[in-house]
Amino acid sequence: MATAEGQQHPISVYFWVWGLLFVLSLFSYMVDYFQFQGMLRWTLIIIFMLLKAGLIVSIFMHMVWERLALMYAILLPPLLLLVLVGIAAGESDYTFLTRLAFFDEVTEFTGHH
Amino acid sequence: MAQDAIANTGYQEVVSDWSGDRQAFQVPWGKAMMWIFLLSDVFIFGCFLSGYMAVRVAAVDPWPNPAEVFALSFGGDPIPLILIAIMTFILISSSGTMAMAVNFAYRNDRVKTATLIFITAVFGAMFVGMQVFEWTKLIVEEGVRPWSNPMGAAQFGSVFFMITGFHGMHVTIGVIYLITVAVKVMRGDYDNPRPGKGRYELVEIAGLYWHFVDLVWVFIFAFFYLW
Repeated sequence: MATAEGQQHPISVYFWVWGLLFVLSLFSYMVDYFQFQGMLRWTLIIIFMLLKAGLIVSIFMHMVWERLALMYAILLPPLLLLVLVGIAAGESDYTFLTRLAFFDEVTEFTGHH
Repeated sequence: MAQDAIANTGYQEVVSDWSGDRQAFQVPWGKAMMWIFLLSDVFIFGCFLSGYMAVRVAAVDPWPNPAEVFALSFGGDPIPLILIAIMTFILISSSGTMAMAVNFAYRNDRVKTATLIFITAVFGAMFVGMQVFEWTKLIVEEGVRPWSNPMGAAQFGSVFFMITGFHGMHVTIGVIYLITVAVKVMRGDYDNPRPGKGRYELVEIAGLYWHFVDLVWVFIFAFFYLW
């Protein structure tokens, strides 16, 4: 917990997280290197990304030792972005289909690829 | 703290902290303000990445394959994404040295703190340097423009320059910020002989900004380079 003296934790904690971040980054690079495709690729990318983000926020940024009032105020609002992502996904699907339906050059573009 | 006696667990603590006409966050005000600034930055990058998703889904031309676009050859066969991987490791290393700096700051170790912050800034400068190299290669050799590129969907260029450019700007500002903090630490500006009166939380606040820059890169790496 944060005190007047500030955040003091054993250095070994930071070395552990540092090492884990290296390993996780290596893993996510390997996903591309070994050319995993489709659902497996996306799942692995998201898992490694969330693990890295979690480690950085909780340990390096000390969030795990802060009070819940600060945690909630900072970590909950970004969830609203999921709404934006949902709306944008539906809208861009519609744009894509509209382009396919109305633009002639589309067939030309997709044809040679 | 007296109020802790009343309610100090789980949701009760949140209610207690947010009510009663007093300070909600039991942290130095600068730290609360940095967190709130970073929250606003989350929304900026969140909007960029959602916008990127939207234009990529709506693009009718094939999206250029980042593994090929960002491949680099050291004499032999091109290695996919190698520069981006090195940049990722550099940024993570800089986060590690920054975490160490914060730790030594709270131990009032002036010289070690300043040195570690300075090393962090050097890593950051290396990152920006590699990004300049990446941009130059893409613009001059590959002919990528914000409005078109020879590899496929025209939206690729605008998304790339917008997102990595904004992130690179954050790193650049961070490097300047870190150097000023390192100089202040070295001068002893945060020292105070009275116990508990040092202002080393300012190092932690700078650290929050720096870790956030690393955090954003985690998302850019996943969604833009690997997806």
